[in-house]
Amino acid sequence: MRRLLTVLAITAGIATLGLAALGAQSRATATNVPVIPHESVPNFFKLPPGVYTGENMGIATNSRGHIFIFHRSGETRLYEYDEKGTFVKEIGRGNYGFSFAHSVRVDAQDNIWAVDEGTNMVIKFNPEGTKILMTIGRRPDPIQQLTNMPGGGAGTYLNKPYEFARPTDVAFDAQGNVFVADGYDDARVAKYDKNGRFVKSAGTRGNAQGQLNLPHTISADAAGNIYIGDRSNARVQVWDNDLNFKASYNNVGSPWAVCVSGGPHQYLYVSNSWPDSAPAGSVDTTGEIYKMELDGKIVGKFGRAGKALGEFATTHQMDCRNPDIIYTAEINNWRSQKILLKPQAMKPAGQ
Amino acid sequence: MKRTFSFGLGAAAFAFTVALMAQTSAPELAFDTNADLLKLPANTFLGEVAGVATNSKGNILVYTRTGHPYATLGDSRTFYHAGSRLFEFSSNGSFVRELGQDLYGFNAAQGLRIDAQDNIWAIDAGSNQIIKFDTNGAVALVLGRKPETIGVRPAAPRGGATAPATTAAPAVTPTATAAPAGAAGAPATAARGAAIQAALAAARGGRGAGAGAQGSAFSRPTDVAWDRAGNIFIADGIGNNNRIAKFDRDGKFLKSWGQTGAENGQFNGVRSIALDAQGNVYVADAGNKRIQVFDGEGTFKSQITDIGTPQAICISRGATQFIYSAHSGDPDGMVDAAIYKVGLDGKVIGKFGSAGKLPKQFGLVNSIDCRNENELLVGEMINWRIQKVSLRPSR
Repeated sequence: MRRLLTVLAITAGIATLGLAALGAQSRATATNVPVIPHESVPNFFKLPPGVYTGENMGIATNSRGHIFIFHRSGETRLYEYDEKGTFVKEIGRGNYGFSFAHSVRVDAQDNIWAVDEGTNMVIKFNPEGTKILMTIGRRPDPIQQLTNMPGGGAGTYLNKPYEFARPTDVAFDAQGNVFVADGYDDARVAKYDKNGRFVKSAGTRGNAQGQLNLPHTISADAAGNIYIGDRSNARVQVWDNDLNFKASYNNVGSPWAVCVSGGPHQYLYVSNSWPDSAPAGSVDTTGEIYKMELDGKIVGKFGRAGKALGEFATTHQMDCRNPDIIYTAEINNWRSQKILLKPQAMKPAGQ
Repeated sequence: MKRTFSFGLGAAAFAFTVALMAQTSAPELAFDTNADLLKLPANTFLGEVAGVATNSKGNILVYTRTGHPYATLGDSRTFYHAGSRLFEFSSNGSFVRELGQDLYGFNAAQGLRIDAQDNIWAIDAGSNQIIKFDTNGAVALVLGRKPETIGVRPAAPRGGATAPATTAAPAVTPTATAAPAGAAGAPATAARGAAIQAALAAARGGRGAGAGAQGSAFSRPTDVAWDRAGNIFIADGIGNNNRIAKFDRDGKFLKSWGQTGAENGQFNGVRSIALDAQGNVYVADAGNKRIQVFDGEGTFKSQITDIGTPQAICISRGATQFIYSAHSGDPDGMVDAAIYKVGLDGKVIGKFGSAGKLPKQFGLVNSIDCRNENELLVGEMINWRIQKVSLRPSR
């Protein structure tokens, strides 16, 4: 077998090694948190024979309940499933922006947005996934990029308006403004209007208020506030629509994935994911997912690190359109799960 | 309240920037576009549109950077494959066929032109090749050779003693066999610097130094044009060569002219080339913000300025010929862009369009087809699309 890697995959992989110390996972400091009973739907996602997913990086639903999973397989690929978990089709195969999946989101019009940290691009598909409607960012010039091989890829760290440095996630407000979490190398959130025109960006690397240390995941509430998983600072930051700091929730571990639910009463879900490198001891202190009020009050938690159904091995993204149905994409288990929450059956903490 | 205020500030800054940039007072030309002309098959997508051209039947050909460029591991050396595709559509945008699937030289699409006999010429800045297809889609002529291997930088030495970094880096280093891990070497930064230069030189091809390149040793070539006798003129290019190379119709090298610089007859990034009916050669000299005009033997005649930074040019057909020249003033295609219409005498007739992602906006135009003077096809790098531009006939 010929062993081939894309230029970009090589660089991205090496860059990851070079930044191995992205920050240790933190034990959550919240105490007496009640446990929410939950179960995982067995064999929910059904693939045709011979079709596989790799590292499940992103997951999102549209208004019809269809589920999109963005994953790293032999190539990076985007699959669509119906509301029953049956494979429907593949989207965007071989397009110039797919190299190293990171997240997928669906906006209010059901357009599908893929964030690729290999090509440094955010790609907007129409709801059917048949057309690319917009791209933001630009794939590095393959020829110029030879200068970056095989040493570490050179991030620009310049917070350029239209160039990202390993972007991680995207969110939208009610006006259609686009918020890009950028990322592993830059440390900021960039805001674009609905036509893709740069509005502003905010954030520098650090741990002060409004600073970021790996903005890994982002979500917006109905009022237009954005929730940033500031992963290596072990906190969720809340910024207003103009990217001004509002609040910080630092008692739920290191947020790999955040999700603001749909519905009239919105909740914030935060995953203190089991790190993909599974460092010693982390299996006992990470893996759970928190349900919070938007103001930071913890409602409860569910799940733990592991490979059984209902356990999570590096939850990398969540969908929570319905606050009691959580879809999770996992890196190390190469799977996604449909989680049914039963908050009405909650017992007090410690039981 | 606060939001409105900051938006107002941004808008003011933007307007100021634009005011600084729009120094020429060329009249605005009315135009409309169709940004949704092409219908692609399922799971086929345009990427960056490097070249768009029509043939005499009105069919539209698009050479695009899409799919995945990749470098190999586990070979004796590192090879560069894939990364670009060539599609043909009918004049109404329906998909006709793909040409050159898995072609050895399709790596980094840079341009596309169709000659008077409807042959299709693809220009690739990754393989440093110009590839001619006949109307059946068979390869009819190849100019230049793809570098056998790409110059991957040696890994920086780890630890060990250091040696003076005086050894000049070879122009092309087959690096899979170079510098075993852990070998003592030059200080990492110096070694890296030299290796980067070597890798860049290898990637660019050519002889370096920007003067005297002969034959078909292209260095990121960008465009091709022909005179009535079928002689071939290559814009070469945006690498080290900064020259125009002339070949006869059978691909025999005749001559080349130009080198890096800002004088007449010198270039700073040759982005595009076109000939008029008299055989004069128009060269988009982007870094010097001008189009230079030569006769067919390379003798400098004049230059055209006040058209911004010309990234792509074409010359219309018909009794009175016009130049269209795409200006991109910022690297993102979001701030400063326009397409200029210019007479062959250099007089700017007008301009149209602005930068951005919406229809009627342009994101790094890399190619213009103007077979029909008032119906252009414009290929964009940033927006992964072509736009069909309709202009009102000028009087």
